[in-house]
Amino acid sequence: MTQPGDRASDGGAKERRRSRILRGFSLKEEGAKAVLIATVSTLVVLGLLAYAAVSSPYWPEFKDEFLNRQVFAESFPDILRAFKRNIFYFLTAEPVILAFALMLAVLRSLRGPVFFPLRALSTIYVDLFRGIPTVLVVFALGFGIPTLRIPGFPVEGWFWGWVALILSYSAYVAEVYRAGIESVHPSQTAASRALGLSRWQSLRSVVIPQAVRRVVPPLMNDFISLQKDTALIAFVSAFSAEAFLKAQRISAGDFNFTPFVGAALCFLIITIPMTRFTDWLLERQRKRRMAGGLA
Amino acid sequence: MRRPLLGLAIVALVAAACSNSSTTAPPAATGSATQTAQQCAAGATLTTDGKLTVGTDSPAYAPYFQGGTEKGSQWDINDPNTGKGFESAVAYEIAKRMGFVPDKVTWVVVPFAQSYAPGPKQFDFDINQISYSAKRAQEADFSDSYYDVNQALVVVKGTPIASATSIADLAQYKLATQLGTTSADLIESYIGGTAGTYQTLRDAVAAVNAGQADGIVVDYPTALYMADPYVQEVKNSTVLAQFPTDAVPGGEHFGTVQAKGSALTPCIDLALQEMKADGTLQAITNQWLSKKTNVGQVPLWSK
Repeated sequence: MTQPGDRASDGGAKERRRSRILRGFSLKEEGAKAVLIATVSTLVVLGLLAYAAVSSPYWPEFKDEFLNRQVFAESFPDILRAFKRNIFYFLTAEPVILAFALMLAVLRSLRGPVFFPLRALSTIYVDLFRGIPTVLVVFALGFGIPTLRIPGFPVEGWFWGWVALILSYSAYVAEVYRAGIESVHPSQTAASRALGLSRWQSLRSVVIPQAVRRVVPPLMNDFISLQKDTALIAFVSAFSAEAFLKAQRISAGDFNFTPFVGAALCFLIITIPMTRFTDWLLERQRKRRMAGGLA
Repeated sequence: MRRPLLGLAIVALVAAACSNSSTTAPPAATGSATQTAQQCAAGATLTTDGKLTVGTDSPAYAPYFQGGTEKGSQWDINDPNTGKGFESAVAYEIAKRMGFVPDKVTWVVVPFAQSYAPGPKQFDFDINQISYSAKRAQEADFSDSYYDVNQALVVVKGTPIASATSIADLAQYKLATQLGTTSADLIESYIGGTAGTYQTLRDAVAAVNAGQADGIVVDYPTALYMADPYVQEVKNSTVLAQFPTDAVPGGEHFGTVQAKGSALTPCIDLALQEMKADGTLQAITNQWLSKKTNVGQVPLWSK
């Protein structure tokens, strides 16, 4: 415990270590004792969970239906191949979402009574598509629009499922952008106006670049979420099977659930590296903000 | 000093609380070959004592289930409790042979994937147009065949596919199927076309109506029902062709599904044997799956 008059560098370092523990994983400066306790604790928890799973009466059945090595080996190559469609869906949807959502956020931030209809439209859009579950939007567009047979509109289900994802995610991402824009201190706008930039120029050259840089971690979060939600397209795309639909097909044919474990693995292979990358970005941002100060 | 140890103890307690203990064990198989179905079933453990619980999915489609539904029914389209429809009739007949009068038969809604999911089943047997396959038989018990099935193609009149005259002509088209059926494999292996798997039969029908698919491949009885001039689930449709039963390697037949190692499987097989021997099964098939249809003669195409 540090005393009020005790400003020795030693005591300060101890405080920094303790607050770093509370923040999360960091065990580097912890010392051997803490590492030992962590290891023992992990082994105990894992051991108990594994024992609980393996000793339940239906474990052999469960292992056969969900962790079946033979079914996995047979189905995984097909599922991996089908996963390429998921990659296509989120790689192509993301740029459209980023652009569309930025437009929505900018519309909403326009000041002045003459822009009221645009602000209102943007607000209504965001409320609507944040409020309706994404799966419902996918169903509504994926089934509804092909049935209408509007001339000139593609009739493939996957296309409208993809559009539904874009519409839904733009609403979330627009709010992220808006939070970023509003977090830029008003002195920035004031200073750029003082320098003679118009409202639009200051928005474009000063506010938005700062705002976007700030919200990169939440944007990555939404991107990871999008990667998972490409599985929803399975409900409306029958002919171009992506990983989840492929897993459903194999699973129903073999009466086995292991293909779903394979599909989940495909998603994890992509999302986990992205999650760790996002954490690293966040950490780097934090270090920059606290450059030189106490952690 | 005290806190880490306390934390460790709490962690251990939580993990121990998560472990579960179950009191049910998988049932053991019983039954000998010279019994009647009723004698066999008398010794079996049932989901609910004294009652036979039969499962099927909702919606329950014609011609396998008929008679419509009442308000408050768990089923869409048709209610198995009416006893009408091929599978409803077969199920009640199997139950009768095993010693259960219709009053003692309860129906439960069992989504297709739950019929083979691991764990204790909420039904004694499930009847849902499920085709037997050797792979499937590794995960669940199948009864003997109660219907040898073949598949057929329903198309919209006047479309390019409707002028096809052989299987080779069909290879260029996109054909819809329902998830969980063997139709997708038939389309890809036997016909050589592109198969689209839809979550439900109604979605597949809607796809053909919307022009998303050129036709739909289903089992022959369902095709006859769908394209019936008085039903026309697919608008302005006709059954273009039927395929031989061995288009699926080894032939295709429907069987009831039970939990793996269920005591009832030999009993159901005995019941079916009795039904085949005295002609009852054929009579039920003739009544509900009449070959005389409003669709006319459907050509059989084979490779």
